[in-house]
Amino acid sequence: MPRTVKMKVFRGEKGEGAIHDYNVHIDDGMVVLDVIHRIQATQAPDLACRWNCKAGKCGSCSAEVNGKPSLMCMTRMDSLDLEKPITVEPLMTFPHVRDLVTDVSWNYTVNKRIKPFKPKAKEADGTHRMFQYEVDRVQEFRKCIECYLCQTVCHVLRNHGKHEEFAGPRFMIRTASLEMHPLDVEDRVPFIKEEGGIGFCNITKCCTEVCPEHIHITDNGIIPMKERVADRYYDPIKMLFRVLTGK
Amino acid sequence: MAYPVPGTREPFLATRRLDAWWLAPLAMGISFIVFIIYATWSALHPMGDDPVTYHVQTNYVSPFFSPDLSKFIPGFTWSPALLILWIPAGFRLTCYYGRKAYYRSLTFSPSACAVGKGQREYKGERALPWILNNLHRYFLYIITALVIFHWIHFFDAFRFDGHFGMRLGTLVVAADTIFLTLYVTSCHSLRHLVGGKIDCYSCAAAGMARHHAWKGVSILNDKHNLYFWLSLFTVGFADLYIRMISSGCWQDVRFF
Repeated sequence: MPRTVKMKVFRGEKGEGAIHDYNVHIDDGMVVLDVIHRIQATQAPDLACRWNCKAGKCGSCSAEVNGKPSLMCMTRMDSLDLEKPITVEPLMTFPHVRDLVTDVSWNYTVNKRIKPFKPKAKEADGTHRMFQYEVDRVQEFRKCIECYLCQTVCHVLRNHGKHEEFAGPRFMIRTASLEMHPLDVEDRVPFIKEEGGIGFCNITKCCTEVCPEHIHITDNGIIPMKERVADRYYDPIKMLFRVLTGK
Repeated sequence: MAYPVPGTREPFLATRRLDAWWLAPLAMGISFIVFIIYATWSALHPMGDDPVTYHVQTNYVSPFFSPDLSKFIPGFTWSPALLILWIPAGFRLTCYYGRKAYYRSLTFSPSACAVGKGQREYKGERALPWILNNLHRYFLYIITALVIFHWIHFFDAFRFDGHFGMRLGTLVVAADTIFLTLYVTSCHSLRHLVGGKIDCYSCAAAGMARHHAWKGVSILNDKHNLYFWLSLFTVGFADLYIRMISSGCWQDVRFF
């Protein structure tokens, strides 16, 4: 049912600014991004927000809606309590640029540090051979749209600012997708322990809760990587075996 | 208003969330505290006059007191529960789901997603004590033996004076045994050990069998959190039920 709602939108530059109130007329079926666009069209043409596909596939319109990291284009207005003001703020974990826009380029620098795919030698007939059942589990990680909601909500980055020591959930599953690949022969376990800082993750699963692609980031990505790190660095019997056998 | 910059430490429990984010950690915290208090009290108060006698008047065996390892330690007069409860306690403390539950509800690290933690140093699981959580697999190995004892007691719970029968206590023991088994067999470490560690199943020895094993554990693993709580409640209730039956406070309902 069409009605007027109160929107509280953060406005400002480089971390300085304030919440601005807007009374907006909304129609049935609108999502938060539609309302932001309506504010731009009718009340604040200089309101900055990043968006692209409006279909939950580009990962551009990430913001904090009523304090929860969300994609604005996938948050339906009728899923919110419209009797209360709706707060829309930029992602808290990354440097603020303007209004709802943040600088997520730190993620690209982390990505570059991950060793790329390195295929094993080809078989005698000159081909690489793998089976669908072997790649099913890494295909789940390929659904990632890099919205960085998982990075934003992760308390290691959000509350402790461990950007230099911890790669974050997005890059844990990126590493997992390469490390678990049946044709890959590169070893990324030392990276994920040291530079990736997987030990900072305490498995509270907020990354999984906010993922718009419903990737089981923790159960299928981070925990299997933690187990591989435990195999290599924390399992005393395996460590003794390696010392004795030299393997 | 200055907007929080990266690394800003929001005040403890500060959030702009409007939903009841506090409900789940509160419920989990209360459950943990009630269970810990009851389990500690029960472990220190064996049933019966003899401190190592714990199945007086029934053929049920309390999961807190089995197996009775005190038989193998001459002169051990404390509660036999003290010799075994460290196993399930260690398994749950290092469990990947258990960690989420107590980090959220007891150590508030964090209490919920996008909720402030306040000013505190954070080392995660890279330093003591939490780095010891990497030893979860060893608790898995040990608790597997405990599960076998639970199944022995499960079958014992169908015998009454040498005859096959079933009473309410049988169902209580069965629930404890079944949910503990599901909890242990849905373990993330088990999932890794049976096949999760393999990248190329078609290249590995017994690769297809290990892939099937990994798939099977993965199906159970999807409900690991549910089994964690069900087994916690049913193991506690099994001990309480057997204690009440043994003391005569409750009457065991006989089905046949």
